[in-house]
Amino acid sequence: MGAPSLVHDSSGAAHSGGGAGAPRDRDLLIAGAHGLDPRADLDGPVDILIRGGQIAELAEPGTLDAHGAEVVQGQGKHVLPAFVDPHVHLRSPGQEHKEDLETGTRAAAAGGFCAVIAMPNTDPVLDSAPLLRSLREAAAREARIPVGFLAAITRGLEGMELTEMAELMGEGALGFTDDGRPVASAGVLRKALQYQRLCGGVLTLHEEDPSLSKGGSMHEGSVSAALGIGGIPSVSESTMVARDAELAGYEDGRVHFQHLSCAASVHAVAAAKERGFRVSAEATPHHLLLTEEDVRGLDTSLKMNPPLAGETDRIALIEGLRSGTIDCVATDHAPHARHEKEVPFEQAPMGTTGLETAFAALHTELVLPGTLGLGLLIERMTAGAALFGLPTPIIAVGERANLTLVDLSAQWVAGENGWESRSENCCFAGRRLSGRVLMTVAAGGVAYRERAFSVVAA
Amino acid sequence: MNHLLSIEDLDRPAIERIVEQASRFAEVSDREIKKVPALRGRMVLNLFYEASTRTRSSFELAAKRLSADVVNFVSSGSSVEKGESLKDTVLTLSAHKPDAIVIRTPWVGAADLVSGWTSAAIVNAGDGKHEHPTQALLDVYTLQRRLGSLDGCSIWIVGDVAHSRVARSNILAFQKMGAKVTVAGPPTLIPRGIEALGCETRFSLDELGSSDVVYALRMQHERMNDALVPSLREYAACFQIGARRLSPRQLLMHPGPVNRGVELSGEAVDSPQALITAQVEAGVVVRMAVLYELLAGSRAFRPVPEPQLA
Repeated sequence: MGAPSLVHDSSGAAHSGGGAGAPRDRDLLIAGAHGLDPRADLDGPVDILIRGGQIAELAEPGTLDAHGAEVVQGQGKHVLPAFVDPHVHLRSPGQEHKEDLETGTRAAAAGGFCAVIAMPNTDPVLDSAPLLRSLREAAAREARIPVGFLAAITRGLEGMELTEMAELMGEGALGFTDDGRPVASAGVLRKALQYQRLCGGVLTLHEEDPSLSKGGSMHEGSVSAALGIGGIPSVSESTMVARDAELAGYEDGRVHFQHLSCAASVHAVAAAKERGFRVSAEATPHHLLLTEEDVRGLDTSLKMNPPLAGETDRIALIEGLRSGTIDCVATDHAPHARHEKEVPFEQAPMGTTGLETAFAALHTELVLPGTLGLGLLIERMTAGAALFGLPTPIIAVGERANLTLVDLSAQWVAGENGWESRSENCCFAGRRLSGRVLMTVAAGGVAYRERAFSVVAA
Repeated sequence: MNHLLSIEDLDRPAIERIVEQASRFAEVSDREIKKVPALRGRMVLNLFYEASTRTRSSFELAAKRLSADVVNFVSSGSSVEKGESLKDTVLTLSAHKPDAIVIRTPWVGAADLVSGWTSAAIVNAGDGKHEHPTQALLDVYTLQRRLGSLDGCSIWIVGDVAHSRVARSNILAFQKMGAKVTVAGPPTLIPRGIEALGCETRFSLDELGSSDVVYALRMQHERMNDALVPSLREYAACFQIGARRLSPRQLLMHPGPVNRGVELSGEAVDSPQALITAQVEAGVVVRMAVLYELLAGSRAFRPVPEPQLA
């Protein structure tokens, strides 16, 4: 079986693919920024020289010679390992009016991400090896940063028959998911877990019991009752997390739970980890920062699946992220065209964009008030890589350069200057955020520069 | 007041103002010539995305009694499937420059959304399971006429609260007018968290006798398909309002149309305690008051073209 790989990765489809070439290879000296990478024990001012896409030297500020490299003045800024998002929807193929490989990865780079993992609920569904091959080739041509792909667990996401998982792994899938839908049948999921022994790959699960969530458009509670909108109870998610953790334990399978939204799910994951099951979990910035109260105004950008839940759920998610029960942050970046979202709430599709605001929103709402340390946030925003067998971005000599330069004190209003994404359905739009990504280096090359951020050549 | 989108937006004085205006129009309704020229030259557009005979004709009659021009745009849900979005429909119809749009849709918040797309005054005639504010206003009007005041009055709303926009509007309106509201019905039809609106909940009618007013909701047959109640027979056995459950001093209301033998027994419908026909009558004058408030009230100083003599 092929090793898990990202398109664009050092093995190199990207660089042989033309297109994205030239500026990536330029050497860079990031001078005088405050380096912060808990995994590398880095916390202080540093000069970083990137040569040939690798971190060539780390040194005291002012001690490195540029040697013809482009110099980026980083004084007063922070340089962090770039983030990895294990859950995005790039909408290609078939829904390019919402997003495509280029716009989606541009949005990711603008948010400080150096790699993303795309979901297979495209049109057609990514459930066959030839489609995966063509998509990986397209990503090599069009994507700004490395992209990994999850293939569907079941054909057409219909929850009935398994996809050709072994062949898909051979073609470079990182794992499998029916994201957007649950694998409702325990029997089907069990077969996938059994088959995982043959082919590997993480089974990545959107947890929802359709018999409980049916007819719902938001979290079930006092807000849904007052509005007369059908509710989705939290138990729709948590009972499935508990069920599938049991199945994973029984088959000794490896599963990852997507976008946890409620306290009961966090408890179920914690219990499964305690029993030694090979499970991991993610939480999104919107579930960590917003609740059902925010949905009262029926802004369709706040309609997502799973829905925003109660304040106690939100607190439990933050606690889970802090303790490590929740391994990583994922955005579930889900772009939709304006006309699709400009409809009554119940008719609107589920999803919010998130790549461009994830770090700034979490920094503003969790780090600045002291709820979460910046170092811990960085760890959780990069931990998604290892969960899918990818190298974790780290700021150390000899590592491939995957880092982002941010101005933590820069204030901006989300969406005020538009978006890099093709879509604008961001649940944080209009909020004042602290922390702006100025530059992102992904897989050794510059993937994003903030337009207003001036760069001085050597 | 620019729009009537929900009872939640209204305070007690606003409700009282509309009810008082409705009383004045009620006098007109008793005259031989029932029409007043208050809204001559104004256009009211009825935009209905759901089948409705009663509410639509009540609005139509109200507008005509005020001498407004009325255009009915009745669209089945399928016109959306044909491709035109709600926004495009509203933009298209707004080109006719209606002064008010009365809108009913199966979608929560649609009236509110529409108010952002047009300069017309919007009247919510039902948005999904959310609100039906003119129904609540006419119910308040009907009760005030009968009781004088709702202060301290105990009102039980019985039946399928989960799927009822009438219930939500009435829970709010009755409480704003000083009444104490209890909702009762099978647990599968009482939404979790409804107490947040300030009402109490009961899952049986054991204490129904303590109420002054019983407001029965329509039991919809399609709920049977979702198996939300085991059978209509069992529903009727547990929750039907009949002579046995109703004491002579209690008043009985229902938003119509009634399923005789399901939520109400036939004799209860025909009893002198039932205010059901009074509610229908109140519908016209209350809707006249709402249209008058929106179009003649705060907008009275808008330049109006000289009416042409016929």
